[in-house]
Amino acid sequence: MNTIIKDLGLLINATLVATPPLLYAALGSCFSERSGVVNIGIEGMMTIGAFTGAAVALFTGNGWFAFFCGGLAGALFGLIHAIACVTFGADQTISGTAINFLAPGLAVFLCKAMFDNSTDTPPIDTASKLPKLLDGVFPVGSFANNVFSTYVPAYLCFVLVLVVWFVFYKTRFGLRLRAVGEHPQACDTLGINVFRIRYICVILSGFLSGLGGAYVTLATINQFRPIVIVGQGFIAIAAVIFGKFTPQGAMKACLLFGLCSGLKVMAGSGNTISPNLISMIPYVVTIITLVLFVGRGRVPAANGKPYVKSK
Amino acid sequence: MNEKKSILNSNALYTLIAIAIGFLVGALFLLVAKINPIEAYTKLFTGVFSKPKFVVWAVIYASPLIFTGLSVAFSFKTGVFNIGAEGQFVVGTLAAAVVGIMVDVPAVIHIPLCILAAAAAGSIWGSVVGFLKVKKGINEVLLFIMFNWIAFYLSNYVVNLEVIHKEGGGEATKDVLESAKILLPQSVRQLTGCSNVNFGIFLAIIAAVVIWFLINKTTIGYQLRAVGFNRNAAEYGGINANRAVMTAMAISGGLAGLGGAVQLLGMSMRVSQFATQESYGFQGITVALIAGSNPIGCIFSGLFYGAMKYGGSKLSLINAPSEVVDIIMGTIILFIAVSHVFKKLALKGKRG
Repeated sequence: MNTIIKDLGLLINATLVATPPLLYAALGSCFSERSGVVNIGIEGMMTIGAFTGAAVALFTGNGWFAFFCGGLAGALFGLIHAIACVTFGADQTISGTAINFLAPGLAVFLCKAMFDNSTDTPPIDTASKLPKLLDGVFPVGSFANNVFSTYVPAYLCFVLVLVVWFVFYKTRFGLRLRAVGEHPQACDTLGINVFRIRYICVILSGFLSGLGGAYVTLATINQFRPIVIVGQGFIAIAAVIFGKFTPQGAMKACLLFGLCSGLKVMAGSGNTISPNLISMIPYVVTIITLVLFVGRGRVPAANGKPYVKSK
Repeated sequence: MNEKKSILNSNALYTLIAIAIGFLVGALFLLVAKINPIEAYTKLFTGVFSKPKFVVWAVIYASPLIFTGLSVAFSFKTGVFNIGAEGQFVVGTLAAAVVGIMVDVPAVIHIPLCILAAAAAGSIWGSVVGFLKVKKGINEVLLFIMFNWIAFYLSNYVVNLEVIHKEGGGEATKDVLESAKILLPQSVRQLTGCSNVNFGIFLAIIAAVVIWFLINKTTIGYQLRAVGFNRNAAEYGGINANRAVMTAMAISGGLAGLGGAVQLLGMSMRVSQFATQESYGFQGITVALIAGSNPIGCIFSGLFYGAMKYGGSKLSLINAPSEVVDIIMGTIILFIAVSHVFKKLALKGKRG
C-alpha cells in the first residue's frame, strides 16, 4: 500500500513537472487560434523563451524576473508573427515555419555568442531557479512533498486557466476575440478593431509560449540545451485541438499528455515499454480525436485566413 | 514601360530582395555577437567555392534538399501545404535503411529496391494525411505536424530494435550494405577527393524535370493545378478535386521519401537516433519558396541551400555560430511570405 501511494506521488509529481510548459503554451495557442491566427511558431517561441529564461537567470540570479523575460522574448516573436500575418496578410503557416527557423536558430546563436561558443548554457544554481511551493515543509520523498511541493508556476498555470476562461467567456474582450476568429467582417462592421484584437492575441500567445519555454529551463531542468523543447510546442498545439479550442479543454489535454510524459519517466526505470512509443501517444491520440470526434466545423471559422479590410 | 512593369511583376526580384534582407539581418546579429560579418560571409563563400572538393560537398548536401523542395513545391501547386515533408523524409530514410540492411541482393536490384521502398513509405505517409483531409475534412497542416512527430519517434523506436541496431552500442543502426550505396565509382571519388560523391544529384535533376513535365504538360498536372487555383471551378469543370488532392499528396510524399533515400544511401549510410528534428522537410519549404514553386527552380534553390548549409558548417572554424544560417533562412522565408504586399504596392505606384 505504501509503495502504491509513493508511486502515485511520484507519478503526480512527474505529471506536474511535465504539464506546465505545455499548458502555458497551449493557453497561448488558444488566444491566437481563437482570434483567427494559426500559430505553429509556438515551438520556436518556447525555445527562445527557454534560452532567455536561462540566460537572464544566470546573469541576474532572479528566477521570477528570468521567467518573465522568457515570456517577453516569446512575445517579441509573437509580434513578428502578428506583423507578418495580421498587417501584411502573409500565409500564417509559412510565417510560423519561418519563426520555427528564426527563434531556435537565434537561441542557439546567442547561446554560442554569450557562453563561450557552447550550445548549452552553464547550469543554473538552485537559488536562481524558480522557487518551490512549501519548500522543505514535508519530508523529502513523501507523497505530500511530491504533490504539494513542486515549482510555484506549476500551480500558477492552473490558476491561469481559470483566468483565461474568465477572459474568454465573461469579458467583453473575450467575446470580441472569439467573434473575430469566427467572422471578422461582421466584427469590423460593428466597429471592433480586428487588427488590434489579433495583435493582442498573437503577442499574448508568444508571451505565454515564452513562459512555457522558460519554465523548462528554470524548473524542469537547470540549463538551456538546443533539445530542451523538442516537440512540446507542437504537443501544446495538439492539446488545443484536442481540447476543442477552449482553455479548460486544453488543460485536460495537457494533463493527459503530461501524464504520458510522467509514465515515460516511470517506465524509464523498468524496460517494459519503449519510451519512444509512449512519446507517440499525444500525437496519435490527437489524430484519433480529430478523426472520431472533432471533424468538420469545430475550428474557428476564420482560422488561417488573413483579414483584408476592403474585401 | 511594359518592361518595367514586368520586372516589378516578377517574383524573382522579390525573392532576391528577400535573400539580400536575409543576409543583412544575419550580418546584424553577427555584429551583435561581435563577429565581423564580412569575415564570416567570406568564410561562408570560400568554404564552398575555394576548392572543387568543397563544391562537390555542397552538391551532396543539396541533393536531398532538392527532393524535399520539389515535394513542397508540388504540393503548393495543388493548393495543399505539405509541411509534412519532414515526416515523409524520415519514413523514407527508415524504409531505405531497413531494406538496405536486411535485404542482401546485388546492387542492380538493391539500389532500386531501397529507393522504391523509400518512395513508397513517403507516399503512404503523405497519402494517409491526404485521405483524412479528403474524407474527414481535417486540417492537413495539423495532421502533417502530428505525422512528423510520429515518424520521428517511430524512427527512434526502429533504430533501437535489436535486429537493426549497430553492434556494440552507439545510438544508430548498422550501415547499409555496400550493394545499397549510391556512391559513384572509386575513381570518381578519388578524383574529387570526396568519399561521398553519389549520383543523388542526378536523380534530383531527373525528378525535377519529371515533375516539371508532370505539372505543365500532362492532364493530371492540369487537373492538379486547376484544383490549386480554384477548387470549386475545377469541380464544376468535371475534375474530381478529392482525387486530385490524394494524388498530389501521394506524389509529394513520395518525393520527400526519395530525398530520404538519397540522404541515407549517398551520405549518412545509417539512421541515427534523433535528438531533434533534422529539418530536411522544413528546409524543403524554404527551397520551394525561394524557387517560387517552380520545379526547375528547386534545383537552384536547393543548391543554394545546400551551399549555405555546407558553408555554414565551416563557420565554427572562425568561432562564428553556424546558426546564423538558420537566421538568414528564416528571415528569407518571412520576407518571401510578405513580399506579395510589396509587389502590390509597387505595381499600384506604377499605375498611379
